[in-house]
Amino acid sequence: MQIRIKRTNETEEFEIPSENSTLLKSLFHIKNNIDNSLTFSSNCRSGVCGTCAMRVNGKEVLACSYKVQDGDLIEPLNYHEVQRDLKVNKEKAKETLKASTAWLQASQEVAITQENVSAIEKQTDCILCDACYSACPVLAVNPDFMGPFALTRVYRYTADARESDIATTIANVQSNGIWDCTLCGECTAVCPQDIDPKMDINMLRMTASQLGYMDPNYQAMDFGGF
Amino acid sequence: MLDILIIGSGGAGLSAALSAKQEGANLLVVGKSYPTASQTSMAQGGMNAALGNVTPDSTQAHMEDTLKSAHSLSNQNMVKQLCEDAPKSIAWLDKLGVSFDRTEESKVAQRQLGGASSKRACYAQDYTGLKILHTLYDNCLKEGIEMREEYFLLNLIVEEKTVLGAIFLDIVTGEVKEIRAKATIIATGGYASLYKNYTTNSEGATGDGIAAVLRAGGSLSDMEFVQFHPTALKGSSTLISESARGEGGYLVNAKEERFIDELLPRDVVARAIAEQITNGEEVFLDLRHLGEEKLLKLMPQEVRLCKLHENVDPAKELVPIKPVAHYSMGGIDVNENLEVTGLKNCYAVGECSNAKVHGANRLGGNSLLEIVSLGRKAGTNAVGCDCHRTDIENQNQLTNNQEYIQGLLEEYPWEQNFYQIQDELGKKFYQHAGIVRDNTQLNNLLNELRVIKADLDNMGIGDKNKENNTNLVEFLQFQNMLEIGEVVLDAALVRDESRGAHFKTAFPSKDDKLYKAHSVYWIEENVLQNKLVKVINECK
Repeated sequence: MQIRIKRTNETEEFEIPSENSTLLKSLFHIKNNIDNSLTFSSNCRSGVCGTCAMRVNGKEVLACSYKVQDGDLIEPLNYHEVQRDLKVNKEKAKETLKASTAWLQASQEVAITQENVSAIEKQTDCILCDACYSACPVLAVNPDFMGPFALTRVYRYTADARESDIATTIANVQSNGIWDCTLCGECTAVCPQDIDPKMDINMLRMTASQLGYMDPNYQAMDFGGF
Repeated sequence: MLDILIIGSGGAGLSAALSAKQEGANLLVVGKSYPTASQTSMAQGGMNAALGNVTPDSTQAHMEDTLKSAHSLSNQNMVKQLCEDAPKSIAWLDKLGVSFDRTEESKVAQRQLGGASSKRACYAQDYTGLKILHTLYDNCLKEGIEMREEYFLLNLIVEEKTVLGAIFLDIVTGEVKEIRAKATIIATGGYASLYKNYTTNSEGATGDGIAAVLRAGGSLSDMEFVQFHPTALKGSSTLISESARGEGGYLVNAKEERFIDELLPRDVVARAIAEQITNGEEVFLDLRHLGEEKLLKLMPQEVRLCKLHENVDPAKELVPIKPVAHYSMGGIDVNENLEVTGLKNCYAVGECSNAKVHGANRLGGNSLLEIVSLGRKAGTNAVGCDCHRTDIENQNQLTNNQEYIQGLLEEYPWEQNFYQIQDELGKKFYQHAGIVRDNTQLNNLLNELRVIKADLDNMGIGDKNKENNTNLVEFLQFQNMLEIGEVVLDAALVRDESRGAHFKTAFPSKDDKLYKAHSVYWIEENVLQNKLVKVINECK
């Protein structure tokens, strides 16, 4: 069968064996036997290292966890600098973790229940593959938006019983953060770990409201202008 | 100048970074991939600590289990230190934010792993390594620790047996650069990728730090000890966790006959499966009797992987499996302070090192413990390093490395496809230097490997681009694998006995008189040297 790969300068077609194969295995088949210069990133082959996210027919997948189909179009992630072929620079996306201060601000000693753990289990499953970041349409208009995975991680720490300073974190995600999301759910649709960043962002908005923050989108609207 | 250069950004490297940073060190963490992509992310089972939260336990019991599994090849002082520190390491991770599962009394929950006399493994669902690694990463960001990604280690900078930093290939730009530091910590991971296509490990487990130490004049030890995991998917070598057998899964052959008690230690089960395969049988994991509902609840990851890679539904069909390389016990030889034997100002920690805590066979749950506990220790020790100084300002090594990389890009021919050679070699290592070993086969393979090494000049790379050249990185990794493979084969040849993960049909039992000793390798005047060093086993 044939697949098409968007490379640095062109879209190239490759013939691959039509056996039951993951996309990653097919990419290695091409690199090792047909064209050494085909460039992509991968590591664990098991869906936990977050390295091999790319787009197939416009949708983000992990190459190691996707069964390749005849005619597939393979492209690099969106909103990342393409370094070469399918290999992208993840540095800018990773910066959002720093900007959003996605960590425990002040860890307090407190009894943690299994319920506490379960409440953030999904969010802590995140493998930082950047699939959600690539799927987020807000980044097309605001490249400084913190994006889904950073905000999911922010929620994960604010919802952690050990955190004694939620206010600092919430203050740090006001600008280019929780209010910039359009709640479209594209991130949720592509997450290989079934995480729901849209819901997490909603939860952060509720916490922010309780702390006295207002949705700037409402503030900007002029309700008295008749 | 940097106080500390940490090479490798997995669990060991990041633990070292956090502890060194706490002591005020000026440091840099460098890795060939992004930190959260490291092998640590793949650890599922848990991290041992004798907390006794679920069943009665003691540090003594943890030590005894570890020593038993090590088959006399461990250092009791190191094992004692590790087991005593385990509860503190769990408390440290807990404070940093790792979401360990809890008991009904809100204590850290613990579960049974093979070879443990109590429920001792603390776990974060089925993602213990992933969640520890990501929490360490978040904390490194919080502490402002500088991390440099996509830097591939070429060589250590060495003058007068003193390590002054290291030389890297910046994968993105293709430039060869040096980074100097007063002390260097190597935390670059194991070498199970030697068994390419027959390992659960990530592609990056190519022993880059271990090979660099060997080239720099430092010592390696116990390299013949590689742990094989009994159950990986037959086609893809993807790990099917031990819990599949723990929950009652059977191992059967094509006649659907069981042939072994599935809950025996990993090496025993792996050998029984290997024997079936050698006799022409296929081996399967039978989970059908557990039922779909239970399987989806207990091991959803495994069910998904079986469908993806083998096209089988474990609730309805047999799952074809094979045992594959899983963990390397051997590595860079270090003393009790984690200093590399034969080199000054240089430390090694984690799977790349041989701190003599696992001996001839690692106990499940002790590797995550090692990277966190000894990782922190390496960071602290490097801060306190009484660094040896040298005034030599030599740029020869950098120039040599630059010329070598340039040569690969410009001059090396492309007459032989090294990927095919690497695939063939991986298979041969699995067959002849794997679970069951034989001197004739080891010898043949060693000769073959030396022929391949001599032929490297005809291989080279097809991709001649300077920037983002993964073909180049993979070729450099292949060379590291060849250097390490030579040591693994020679050490396996020398050890005419069976101990832990090392098994020879012709010598089926332990020989303490000759081989209760570490096999140590180093290069002197361009020749690989070796000796057996008797085990120090007295507990202080």
